[in-house]
Amino acid sequence: MKTGIIIFVFVALAVLHQDTWNGNLVFGFIPVGLAYHACYSIVAAIFWACVVKFAWPDRMEKWAEGED
Amino acid sequence: MESLFILAQAEAATVSKTPLVVIICYLGLLLGLALFSGKLFRGTSKDYFVASHSIGPFMLLMSVFGTTMTAFALVGSTGKAFQKGVGTYGLMASSSGLIHAACFFLIGIKVWSIAKRHGYVTQIQFFRNRFESNGIGYLLFPCLVLLVIPYLLIGVIGSYRVMGPATAGMFPNLFPQEGMLNGSVPPWLIGLVICGVVLAYIFAGGSRAAAWANTFQTLVFMAMGVLAFYLISKALGGVAAASEQIYPGHLVRTPGELEVTTKAGAFQREIGIPPIQFLTYMFIPLSVGMFPHLFQHWLTAKSAKSFRLTVIAHPICIMVVWVPCVLIGLWATGVFNVPPVDAWPKPVVSIMGSADDAGVGKVLSVVVKFLIENPLIAGMVTAGILAAIMSSLDSQFLCLGTIFTNDIVLHNKPKDRFTDKQIVLIARGFVVAIVLLTYILSLVLKDVQNVFDLAVWSFSGFAALTSLVFTALYWKGATKAGAYACIIAVAASWFYFFAKAGWGGEYTVFSSEHRSDDGIMPVAICFVLGLVAMVVVSLLTKKPSDETIKKFFP
Repeated sequence: MKTGIIIFVFVALAVLHQDTWNGNLVFGFIPVGLAYHACYSIVAAIFWACVVKFAWPDRMEKWAEGED
Repeated sequence: MESLFILAQAEAATVSKTPLVVIICYLGLLLGLALFSGKLFRGTSKDYFVASHSIGPFMLLMSVFGTTMTAFALVGSTGKAFQKGVGTYGLMASSSGLIHAACFFLIGIKVWSIAKRHGYVTQIQFFRNRFESNGIGYLLFPCLVLLVIPYLLIGVIGSYRVMGPATAGMFPNLFPQEGMLNGSVPPWLIGLVICGVVLAYIFAGGSRAAAWANTFQTLVFMAMGVLAFYLISKALGGVAAASEQIYPGHLVRTPGELEVTTKAGAFQREIGIPPIQFLTYMFIPLSVGMFPHLFQHWLTAKSAKSFRLTVIAHPICIMVVWVPCVLIGLWATGVFNVPPVDAWPKPVVSIMGSADDAGVGKVLSVVVKFLIENPLIAGMVTAGILAAIMSSLDSQFLCLGTIFTNDIVLHNKPKDRFTDKQIVLIARGFVVAIVLLTYILSLVLKDVQNVFDLAVWSFSGFAALTSLVFTALYWKGATKAGAYACIIAVAASWFYFFAKAGWGGEYTVFSSEHRSDDGIMPVAICFVLGLVAMVVVSLLTKKPSDETIKKFFP
């Protein structure tokens, strides 16, 4: 379930990256194409923060230390 | 020697030498810090190669980010934005934020766990055991080395491109040259100093020194990028005024053409990003999954938890570096493209004056030099660019020394054949040899124009090979024959496209007659071919032993 949600959101983010939908300036100085992708970077960071919070592979740490 | 000194003293004082003094101070500070970290070196081969798995979250983030961001992050991003427009950030930076973090999470943590449990220090050691094959090491080894070497050359040659304009006019009697770079510090001396400084701390402290140096250098180049952005915007009358004069064609990703007139003649520049290139470029960031120097940094982590900050903060760090640089590149389109040729600042015409886009890599240096008329700041920004270059060079030198030592010299030798001290000595010997080879090659190839296009080919090779590491980690059915098929398919397809591109130029597959970049990025095809070869051949061949499955799949 958790893995399915992560894959779904990851694919959705990959699609959103294409940003197919403009030469206007946001706040008078940032081109739309740059502002969109700067926000995208922040969304990517939030996505990975959620993955780290809810799907951290704890058992890999123990396994690395020699536990089976 | 004395005559050199007298000659240097006799130089005209018209050009301030402050930038060079700042750069020398920076290099001295870096050397001091890195040599101090060398004092922490524990003398063991494990400490030399992977810092005894002792690097915490912040230093891991800084060393991984600093290693990932080469000269391209500052110099290339500005140049590409100047050349192609606003799409540069989406094409190269925001996709990296998503995909790099995915590689760190899905590949980095698992690789760290396996390497920690089984004592690996190189990728090849892992692949040899995972696929129960000695031969795979000898097949993969030349592929990795041949892909890292151009990556190294990009850094050293990049330093020539940055330091030339930054020191132009400083020593006209000591270093006379034709054209605008008259009096600049020559490449042989720049390379000698850059390679010498990196070699000094890598030789002394190995992975631990690289982690300390990278942390310092990453903070420097992030701060200098932001500082350059602030000062350039101020020089152009504020951010709004600076953005108002961006050439309109560069504000959108729509493919188009721009006629550029220079003193050397006019040419058509392809601007914008074709959609199919934008889509298939997303395969390029997968390269971090197979970079041998990043693999080595992953192994320095104290625990798997050290990766948390790297996974989360990496997209933000990319944004902090790339947004200012892309904006500077866009602003430069207004500064350099719009005015008629006679109104251009004369020095700019000389440097940017070739009748093609070979000069775009110099945009940041030129903008800093002629818009920020403060030699102290110009020196600091140049030091920031050098920091980005050197924070990748050190890890690459070290990783090549590590794989030569462990995968060639020590492989198949009895454990007591060499003492730990001898192993460190062998690794240091290889590092010296690699630095020397890189230095000589960089001087031979210093006039290669498309140096940053070569970077994309290096990334493409590593990205396509990521199918190998991903299936090795997550698919129990991946077999030895499948791994061979994957590597051969990737190598053959990569070589074919590399040759079609004229050995390193910009190239896309199935592009139209009108443009060279509106086709599919070769990396996408190489990656898919490698993955298909791995899956098909693995399904048809003998599965790995139960012992191997148990060893790698907890």
